[in-house]
Order: sequence, then C-alpha cells, then structure tokens
Amino acid sequence: MVAMIRIEGLSKSYGEVAVLRNCSLEVARGEVVVICGPSGSGKSTFVKCINGIEPIQAGRVVIDGDDLPSKPAAAARIRSRVGMVFQHFELYPHLTVMENVCLAQIHVLKRSRAEAEDKARSLLERVGLVDKEAAYPGQLSGGQQQRIAIVRALAMDPLAMLFDEPTSALDPEMIGEVLAVMLELAREGMTMVVVTHEMGFAKAAADRVVFMDRGEIVEVAETRRFFAEPSSERARLFLSRILAH
Amino acid sequence: MSYAWNWGVLFQSPYLGWLGQGIAMTIVISLAGWAIAITIGTLIGVLHSGGRGAMRMVTGSYINLFRNVPLLLQMFLWFFVVPELLPKTVGTWLKRDLPHPEIVTAIVALGLFTASRVAVQVSAGIAAVPRGQSMAARASGLSTVQAYRHVLLPQAFRIVVPPLTSEFLTIFKNSSIALTIGVYELTAQTQQIQSFTYQGFEAFTAATVVYMAIALVVTTLMTAIERRISVAGSAAKG
Ligand SMILES: Nc1ncnc2c1ncn2[C@@H]1O[C@H](COP(=O)(O)OP(=O)(O)OP(=O)(O)O)[C@@H](O)[C@H]1O
Ligand SMILES: [Mg+2]
Repeated sequence: MVAMIRIEGLSKSYGEVAVLRNCSLEVARGEVVVICGPSGSGKSTFVKCINGIEPIQAGRVVIDGDDLPSKPAAAARIRSRVGMVFQHFELYPHLTVMENVCLAQIHVLKRSRAEAEDKARSLLERVGLVDKEAAYPGQLSGGQQQRIAIVRALAMDPLAMLFDEPTSALDPEMIGEVLAVMLELAREGMTMVVVTHEMGFAKAAADRVVFMDRGEIVEVAETRRFFAEPSSERARLFLSRILAH
Repeated sequence: MSYAWNWGVLFQSPYLGWLGQGIAMTIVISLAGWAIAITIGTLIGVLHSGGRGAMRMVTGSYINLFRNVPLLLQMFLWFFVVPELLPKTVGTWLKRDLPHPEIVTAIVALGLFTASRVAVQVSAGIAAVPRGQSMAARASGLSTVQAYRHVLLPQAFRIVVPPLTSEFLTIFKNSSIALTIGVYELTAQTQQIQSFTYQGFEAFTAATVVYMAIALVVTTLMTAIERRISVAGSAAKG
C-alpha cells in the first residue's frame, strides 16, 4: 500500500543553521501520528515542509504518490490537498467565518459560491458553529476560532491534515472542544500529523508517536510502546519532564 | 497699521473668478496627482514588500530618490531638465505641442513624489500583517497573487488608511509649489489678486480658509472610510 505521506532524507536549514537533519517518516492512509519534542527541535518546521510552505534543501516529500515540487510556488496544487491548522488559528480577521471557509474553495478549487457555502455549512454544523457563519473571527473565542480553522482546512477535502500545536494557545477550558473535533476526525479515518504536547490526545488517538530533538527524528514508536518504554534516553527524559506536570 | 480692509474685493469681477479658478486648479492637480500616487505607490509598495534582490533594489531606489529630493527641485527637474534629456522629438512635443505642459508637469511631479511616500506606507502596512496570515493563505493553495489580493492587501489597507490620510492632506498643500512653474492654482491666484488690488490680507485669508476647508473635507471623508472598513471584533480601533 502506498503511504499517504512519505518523507525521505529531508534536510532544511535557515542560512547556516541546520534545523532539520535527514528526517524520514512514512504515514499510512488513515494513520494518526503525533510529533513531540522539546522547544526548538524543529517540529513546526518539519510540518511546514510536509506541505511545502517552507522550501527544503535535501530530500523528498511525497503526498499520495505525488512528489512535492521543490519550488514552493509550483507546489500549490498539492498544498491545497494537505490541510494545515496553526497554533494561532490564522483565520483571516477581515473576512467572516463563511468567507474564511469559502475563500480557497472558490479561488483554488474553483467551486461555485453556492457549492462552497453548502460545504462550509455542513462542516460548520458538524463542529456546532453553524450559527457563527456571519461573525468575524475577532468576535469568537479561541476555541471557536480553532474549530473554524479546522473547518476551513477540511472544506478543501484534504488527503491529510497537519496540526501544529493546535491547542497550546487556548485557555484550558477550550482545549477540550478542539481536541474533541480532532478525535472525531481521527476516528473517521483522516490521515493526521499532529504536533502537540497533549499526551492525553496522543494516547487516545495516535497510532504512532514521533519524538524529535535538535532537528532529528530520534524515535518513532507505536503509541503504547512509546509511553511504556521509550527506547531512547532523550525521549525518556522528555516524557518524565512533560508527564510530571 | 493703516490698512484699508475691503473684503468686497474678493467678490468682485474678475477676482472672484480668479479665486474660483485657483480653487478648481488646486483640486484638479491634487486629485490627479493623488490618483497617480495611489496607483504607482501601491504597486511599488507591494513589489518592495514582496521583492528580493534586484526587484527590491529598484523599488528601494525609487523610494529613496523621490522621497529625498525636495519637491520644488523635482518640479523644476521635470519642467526644465527632463524635456531636454528625452529624445529630441519627444522633448519638442512636450515643450511645444502638449497642451498646458505646466499643469501636466505639476501633476506628474506631485504624483510621483507622493507615490514614493505612499509606497513606504503600503510596504510597512504589508509588513505589519502577521506572518502567519501569508502562511495560512499559501497553505491553503492560494497563489502569491491571490494571497496578496484576498488576504494581505485588504489587511494592509486597513492599517494604512490613517497614514494615507495625512499624505492625502499633504498633497493639497504641496500642490501650491506648482505656482513656481506657472500653474495658476489657489496660491498663485491669490498672489495675483494681491498684486492687482493690494488687498493681500483678504486674498491670503481666503486662501487659508479654502485650504482649511479642503483639509476638513478630506479628514471627514477618510474618517468615514476608516469607519466603513473597520472590522467587527477587531481590537485595532483608532
Ligand atoms: N524563519 C526562521 N529563520 C531562522 N530560524 C528559524 C526560523 N524558523 C525557525 N527557526 C529555528 O529553527 C529551529 C526549529 O524551530 P521550530 O519552530 O521548527 O521548532 P519547534 O520544535 O516547533 O519549537 P516549539 O516547540 O517552540 O514550537 C529553532 O532553532 C528556530 O530558532
Ligand atoms: Mg513549533
């Protein structure tokens, strides 16, 4: 079976600084992979490279059998099929919820406005926010904004979804509502790569856990294994620190 | 001081007409200059913000050149020097056949000078849009042009309206410099009224009032635009 996402020997640097070193990972169709690791280890950069918004210096990224072109501009088509959710939501503040969800559907997928709005409504319904379609992002809570950001990505019928610390900018009481949406997605068989420190989510939803440190993928393990007996010393240390909280 | 006030002179022929023509000319060259400034300034500002290497150098040079040379000198350069530097046929046409060369020159000079100032504001406005916004736009598959058109520029525009208001006000004041190349705008006409009637106080007071009235209209207009485009729920309120 072809992997949905295949990353081979990916390296990336900003100027002189190597941020990712020879990273390889395969994510199967319908698989949920959680990425964790200390701050600055390159998790965000890794995820951005998967949908080509950051150019890479070496290696390959293959999405559903298609090589991601190395020039960011040429990668737009594939990029539109890989949804991305950011830590700070990044909804467009000058557009309503409905316009946020429809923008790329209309301009990238060339859907008609009516089609796009139908799609948006059915997804907003699923996350319980259909009554907010006319609101602006600034009028919504963080949890609501993040659920809408997820809807905006889902509206593109993505092959896979990438999440970069989707709950770490949220007030504690709002984390649950976002994780619930993500859990449901995972159960429905969405291919997901999730950078998070929510180990509860990892245990509940992840098939495998990837541990990164200093730009390298140090360990990839089946979830239960990872929490019970991580094979690397660095992962063990990281876990003891994060689970202590 | 024994000055014989005579406000009536402002309402006599031909002085009332001169005043009216001056006001009209000031408004025409300012608005036409503003149209050039907004178009070229936005274009250069966008290219400057997104450009690298050669592109950024070209736009940066434009901005530095036009912003740092005094407007008065730029007027003179466009009027007296540029026609001589152009190919002969073009130069002759400019000097001889172009109707109202001084008006056209004033509009071009005002427009290109103000464009450099608009470019700086636009480019700063784009830079002030959080980086995550262009990342989100690109992540969804929008092209660079689409990202600018639908995500970056609308936000930059909102940031830029207040500083552009001040540039818009300034172009009306700067338009008075056009009198140095023989454009009969408001300041020139009032000067003419003063030299014909020796009623300088009245004439210049009239000009002052008109400039202030224009400023009031512009400010009101821009405030209305600002209110119109302000986004519900956004913290950024003037
Ligand atoms: N645009 C950039 N220019 C230069 N260096 C960068 C840039 N973005 C990230 N880096 C560097 O790359 C390294 C990895 O950053 P990255 O954001 O991927 O880490 P992270 O694992 O996501 O960290 P965190 O948990 O804090 O989000 C860091 O050392 C960071 O300073
Ligand atoms: Mg990060």
